[in-house]
Amino acid sequence: MSFLVFSEDRELAFQLLGKARELADKMGSEVAALAAGSDPMEYVSQGADKVYTVSGLGGFNVEPYGAAVVEAVKAANPSTVFMGATKRGKELAPRVASSLGVGCMNDCSGVELEEGKIVVERLTYGGSTVAKETSTSTPTVISFPPRCFEKLEPVERTGEVVELELDLPEPRVKVVESREKPKSTADLESASIIVSAGRGFKAKEDLRLLEEIAEILDAQIGCTRPISADLGWMDQWVGISGKKVKPSLYVACGVSGTIQHVAGIRDSQIIVSINSDERASIHGISDYSLVGDIYEVLPALTKALRERA
Amino acid sequence: MRQIVLLKDIPDLTEIKLDSQTRAPIIEGVKRRISEVDKRALEAAIRLKEKVGGEVVALSLGDDKTKTALLEALAMGADAVYIVNEPELKGLDTNATSKVLEAAVKHAGDYDLIIAGEMTLDSLSSQIGPRLAQLLDIPQITYVKELNVADGKVRAVRDLEDVDEVVEAALPAVVSVVREINEPRIPNLMSIMRAKRKPQTVWGAGDIGLDASEVKSQSYVQITSVSAPKVERKQIRIEGESVEEAASKLVEALMQEGVI
Ligand SMILES: Cc1cc2nc3c(=O)[nH]c(=O)nc-3n(C[C@H](O)[C@H](O)[C@H](O)COP(=O)(O)OP(=O)(O)OC[C@H]3O[C@@H](n4cnc5c(N)ncnc54)[C@H](O)[C@@H]3O)c2cc1C
Ligand SMILES: Nc1ncnc2c1ncn2[C@@H]1O[C@H](COP(=O)(O)O)[C@@H](O)[C@H]1O
Repeated sequence: MSFLVFSEDRELAFQLLGKARELADKMGSEVAALAAGSDPMEYVSQGADKVYTVSGLGGFNVEPYGAAVVEAVKAANPSTVFMGATKRGKELAPRVASSLGVGCMNDCSGVELEEGKIVVERLTYGGSTVAKETSTSTPTVISFPPRCFEKLEPVERTGEVVELELDLPEPRVKVVESREKPKSTADLESASIIVSAGRGFKAKEDLRLLEEIAEILDAQIGCTRPISADLGWMDQWVGISGKKVKPSLYVACGVSGTIQHVAGIRDSQIIVSINSDERASIHGISDYSLVGDIYEVLPALTKALRERA
Repeated sequence: MRQIVLLKDIPDLTEIKLDSQTRAPIIEGVKRRISEVDKRALEAAIRLKEKVGGEVVALSLGDDKTKTALLEALAMGADAVYIVNEPELKGLDTNATSKVLEAAVKHAGDYDLIIAGEMTLDSLSSQIGPRLAQLLDIPQITYVKELNVADGKVRAVRDLEDVDEVVEAALPAVVSVVREINEPRIPNLMSIMRAKRKPQTVWGAGDIGLDASEVKSQSYVQITSVSAPKVERKQIRIEGESVEEAASKLVEALMQEGVI
């Protein structure tokens, strides 16, 4: 059972390499990687036995990248391909699988060896359930989002670097313009306290109410998908299609608690909900719930936090 | 312009109950609806048709219940529905599903645009759009939140993590849309009545030139178990005479917990 690892995001590629190395060591097999960018030897120190490079890949475009991964698969002949489940990775993985005519399990949350077989875990049914899945095709393409696994401490190892000579296809989808999104510095995945905004907030300025609390608690600010994707008030959201978080405290403010959101906060130690609708489903999955108007509760909470101890 | 929209009918997620022993979801008997993002794919197609004319047909690999669920697509404005319904082609993985849809698309006639959803909410696989683009060897444009067609080209805005990417490609192409692309219309009574008179064609595997058992042998991914993770939450309601009192109680509780 050998592995090939690829992600256009190097950090994520290293995390995947860490896991592939661990599994390969258990089975006495090999790990190859397709490098993105320069310095292929770094992939070796992160766990690869063999590193393929392709020149002229340029910025991400699914057609040339897909072709490069397919060629690397043909060269390495792995039984399992680990890919990164960024948005770009999630459209690349099934394309690669389709070119090879094989199975793909996209956006998995974990992987185990069970009786010599690779078994993954994935969320299904909107995020309410966890499915265990396995595949009989060789290879099988499996993708994981960032931070499922830890990268290894880099070690001095020997490895081979192989340059693939490829005629990359000309991308048929032309990028006319790339509009940078405002980048927040919030690091939700490793935050220990997150205060989060939902559609209960009526205007962007009102997020001030959360910012004050975040300042006092040294917390990060998260939000639901509509706050980010529809309204553009923040650049990242929490949930099944956003960040999966695991803080010690998650305070959901004006958040209804749909399954797509809750799937991203399930690993929180303590969940607090503040919502004026007493039947809002967020109350049902919280440790502490407060039925009330965020415009009254949050200022009161700020005051109480300032006065504490 | 002729557009094919890919629709999957899935169990209404809000109505799924759990087996009390195994915590497995009970799907039997749950009402099925068109997956939420797929409805937006259809809405996008209808809006394009309203602008540039042509035809919108819906295509689904489904079963006996799909016909009823897809009446909604006809009511929203699809001109026709094609359903692949073949007992042997149930529970296929994404590899096999995309092969069936590829055959069905080719059988459904000429097309300029194929529109899918970013993902279906039951399987959350996000695979069919990219796979179909690869199989049909036409441009693949994912995560679309704005969609336009002019001069034989599709122009779209893609919602990626770090950028909004404006892209262009020649037709035909496969587009997959995100939920933010639009609010799907709610059909009125008249359209619902009219929908019943629109054509729904059902194909078996043979009708679209497929050998069902051969396709089935290309379904590789198996689900070995599904269950809802057990979450134990304290579910304590914080109440007080005043908002201030409730807020103080909450702060006290969180200090007790040692999380602040
Ligand atoms: C494919 C797909 C993926 C998705 N992924 C995600 C995801 O990853 N993350 C995510 O969050 N969503 C996701 N969604 C969207 C999700 O379905 C919901 O639309 C979203 O979570 C709802 O956000 P909300 O709670 O902010 O808004 P709403 O559901 O509108 O809830 C607002 C809440 O605020 C309360 N409220 C209103 N005013 C006040 C007030 N003054 N004080 C207190 N409370 C108030 C209301 O009672 C209500 O409960 C996804 C959807 C799809 C289709
Ligand atoms: N059985 C199906 N019939 C028709 N379209 C489908 C089917 N399954 C998936 N699709 C389409 O492919 C998209 C992505 O689905 P998935 O890859 O399963 O997440 C969906 O939003 C639909 O547009």
